[in-house]
Formats: sequence, C-alpha cells, structure tokens
Amino acid sequence: MTVAPAYYLPSGLPRPVPEPDGLDAPYWEGTRRGELRVQRCRGCRTWQWGPEWICHRCHGFELEWTAVEPRGTIYSWERAWHPVHPALRGHGPYVVVLIALPHAGGVRMIGNLLGDPLQAVEIGASVEAVFEPHDDATPPFTLVHWRKTA
Amino acid sequence: MDYSSPYRMRNAIPAWERGETGRPGIRGRVAVAGIGETAYYRHGQAPEPELKLALRAILAACEDAGLDPRAVDGFASYSNDRNDPSRLAAALGLPELRFANMQWGGGGGGGSAAVGNAAAAIAAGYADCVVVFRALAQGQFQRFGAAPPAATAAGEAALTFPYGLISPAQRFAMRVMRFMHEHGIRPSAQRAIALASYHHAQNNPRAVMHGRPLTAEAYDESRWIVEPFRLFDCCMENDGAAALVLVSAERARDLRHRPAYLLGVAQGSEYRNAARGHNAPTYASASFTTVAPRLYAMAGVTPKDVGVVQSYENFTGGVLMSLIEHGFFAPEEANEFLTPDNLVAPHGRLPLNTSGGNLAECYMHGLELQIEAVRQLRGLSTNPVPAARVAMVISGPMVTPVSSMILGTEDTL
Repeated sequence: MTVAPAYYLPSGLPRPVPEPDGLDAPYWEGTRRGELRVQRCRGCRTWQWGPEWICHRCHGFELEWTAVEPRGTIYSWERAWHPVHPALRGHGPYVVVLIALPHAGGVRMIGNLLGDPLQAVEIGASVEAVFEPHDDATPPFTLVHWRKTA
Repeated sequence: MDYSSPYRMRNAIPAWERGETGRPGIRGRVAVAGIGETAYYRHGQAPEPELKLALRAILAACEDAGLDPRAVDGFASYSNDRNDPSRLAAALGLPELRFANMQWGGGGGGGSAAVGNAAAAIAAGYADCVVVFRALAQGQFQRFGAAPPAATAAGEAALTFPYGLISPAQRFAMRVMRFMHEHGIRPSAQRAIALASYHHAQNNPRAVMHGRPLTAEAYDESRWIVEPFRLFDCCMENDGAAALVLVSAERARDLRHRPAYLLGVAQGSEYRNAARGHNAPTYASASFTTVAPRLYAMAGVTPKDVGVVQSYENFTGGVLMSLIEHGFFAPEEANEFLTPDNLVAPHGRLPLNTSGGNLAECYMHGLELQIEAVRQLRGLSTNPVPAARVAMVISGPMVTPVSSMILGTEDTL
C-alpha cells in the first residue's frame, strides 16, 4: 500500500509542464534535482526571470541557467480563501508568497509559504526554499515552496 | 530627468509645448455621438446569445446618436471580444467596412484604448463612423473568476497555477498587498471605493445592484476572497453588451445629443511590465505611471480640472492605485482622501464610478464606464455632477497594456 504524499495543496491543481518551445525546460529540470535555476546573460551577467529568449539588457541570445542559493525574502504575499478550482473546495485558506532573491539580481519567485495557513506573514522576512517532488504525477514534477528561517 | 519616483509627471512639458514638434493627438477632433446598451444581467442570465446582445447595443447607440446604422463603417473592441466585425457588418448590411480593430491585451485594459483607436481611425480618414463595443454572455462561455478546465499549465501559468495563484483576484492581490505595505494603506481606503459604487447604484435603475445597498458593517463582515480583498472589493461578472458611436467633431455637432469630445487618450505600460512570474520592476502599480502623464499632456488638462472619474474596478485596490497614478492624491494621502463622502456625487471632492461601475452597475468589462462619462457630460447621469465639464475614464488597472481617456464638453475645446 502506498501512502499518499503530503503536499501543501491538494492534488488535482494544474500540473506544470515545460513550454512546447523549450524555453523554461531547464528550470523545471532543475527543480527535479533540487536546484533553483535562474537565467543569466553570458555577455553582460544580468540576471533574468521569468525566462526569455533574449537578455533584456544587452540583447544577447546567449543565456545560461545558473543554480542559485535557494534563499530569499518575502516581497509580497496573499492568503487565498475562496476556492477557485474544484481541487481546492473544502481545503480552507492557504498562503502564496512572492519571494525576492537578493543574490540573483532581485528576481522574484512565486510559491507557497509552508506552515500554519493562518500565520502572520511579514514582508521582508527571510525564507528558504523547500522542494516538493510530485513523483507520482505523469509526468513527474517538483514545486518550490518556502519556509521562514530564524 | 528623475525616474526614481513612479508618481512624478515625467513628461510634464511635452515636446509640442517646447516647440519641438507639432501638437500631437486627437484633442477635440472626434466625439462620442451615441451610447447604447442592453439590459444588464447577472452572469449566465442573458436571455439571448452574445452576438445578438452586441447587435442590440450597436443599434441602441446608433438610435441614441440619431444615425442610420448603415452609416457605421468601422468597429473597435478589446480583450478578444468574440463578436467579429466582419460578421457584424454582414449582419447589419453595412455598405462598406473600412476599419476593424482589436486592442491587444486582456482584462479591461483596452476599454479606453479601443475608443482611442476608433478616434485615430476617424482623425486619419480611415473611417467616418466607428462603433466601439463589448459583449459578454458568460453563461455561454468560460467565466473569468474560475480556473480554466485544463489539467496542465505552461509558461506564466506554470509558475503560478500549481501554487493556487490562479484567478484574477489572486493575481492582483499580490500587487495590492505590496502597495498597501509600502504606503501604510488601511482597509478603509478600499472600503470607501466599494461603498461609493454601491451608493451610486441605488439611484441607477440599470444597475444589477440597484435596490441592494451596502453598509460599512456589511462590507467589514463580508468574507475574504483573497487577502487583502473581501467579497465587495471584487467586481461582479455579468452578461450584456454596450456600444459607443464615434464620429468627427464637426459631424457630431449636427447630431441629436451634446457631443462628448475626446480630449486625450493614452495606452501602454511601464518598463518590462509583463516580465513573467510577477517580475515587473514597477510592481506595486496599476500600470499607469507612464500612461497618465501622456494622457494629461495630450488633453491639456490637469487633475484638478477633472470633475468626475470612472475608474475600472476589477478590485478596489486597483482603483486606489489608478487614482494615485493619475495624480489625484499622493499615496500618503490615500487614507485621508478615500472616504465615502469624498467619492460620491454631486458634492464629493472626486465623484467616482457614478453609475455603480463594475462593482454595482454591471461588469460590462468596463465599457459601461465610458457610457457613464458621456452621460455625465450630457447632464443625464442618474448621479449627476452638474459642474463636471471634464470626465476621465481609467481602464483596467494592473494588466498590460492599460489605457485611460479624457472627455470634455464643447466649452473645454
């Protein structure tokens, strides 16, 4: 018998898949390895997120994927109550956070804030990433959540 | 030039005023001559198909203008309206279609831009009589506020949907939360916007929320949709159709109603506004920080000249930021300025959403706001602001592109 894995949100929400043109595939491959990857321009070293085919600063097409330290600070947040998807009915509130990565040009990433869904959330608080693999999904994927650090 | 503050009027002295170019824009060259709408319905309750609603609104606007519908030779709309101009032209037996225009972008951001596109076509001579329209019958199609029925998400959606950040309310709450944090905005500021809309709807028999007044207590006790938005901070979703008829200023003077002249219109958004995954550099914004200065420069007016404002409410926090970015008050003044007394017609400092707007009249994807601005300048609003000679419409905060426009009476030309 397999035990259902404990995910922050119920199963049944849309599963993330790489875009057909492959633009963001390295990001999703990275999450499967426990890496948080951000685009960086080989030419001018500008960080870029979300991914794009060109560097917005120097217009170079040579962009690399750099694994960054998965730590950041809360830039904004929200607590969602109304279930907008059938998978969320009866689940109750949950917290979504927007995390700034100061050591990667200040780019921002979306995730859930682990812990009590009714916890007080402070903009500016320090957080670290928590990878949540969904190995049972087809195809498998990994989400990146966040939790407060001391 | 100081680009550090998004609220600075960056282009306060336009190039034409410095004598570097000829005066730009369409100021005073085009007018709204006719307005029309169907009855407004709760979402999914329209008794007729969407295209039929569009046709009824178009005919009503022509009738209002006193124009034979066969005079129409162009259409402009926004937000991927499903009702194709060529089909409308065939259905109406128009002698010739000369202009068919769709403004890119979603939400209500294109409402004023569609008017601007129609006006530009008339000013350039592409067409003589252009209808701006929007029709929605959501029972026949997908709702905006519910998740699309897909098992997978890619691109921008892959970065947000799996975390339960799916609906427009959830997308925009994140921006508003940051803005409220940066400037110490209190919940009462959002509440005042909701109360003003409901107050105005009680005098407007067209309003879906006519006869359904809202009190501060009921607002405070309403459920959270997504913090910082309560139920009454969120727009309705509705069925219906609305249309405006635009012609040249000269032609408008010979028609049935006092023309509402287009003084200025602007569209767009800031540097990298669409950077994916909530990475817009000017994040805590309604997207008007560059648009509003261009609008004022073209119209040749200042915020204190504006007598009445219709500001698209997808969510009250978006209205709050829109008003700030259009220069009506500073972020630090928001708590003091945003009170119900200041926002209601006829004597408030800034009468706002005087038909009830998207919150309480009808979510006609904002086009009911353009119609209300015209009614105000004709003196025919159900919540009239008698002194108003200049009326502003702000379309679709927090999306990109957004747009806004200014209308004026004859004596503002």
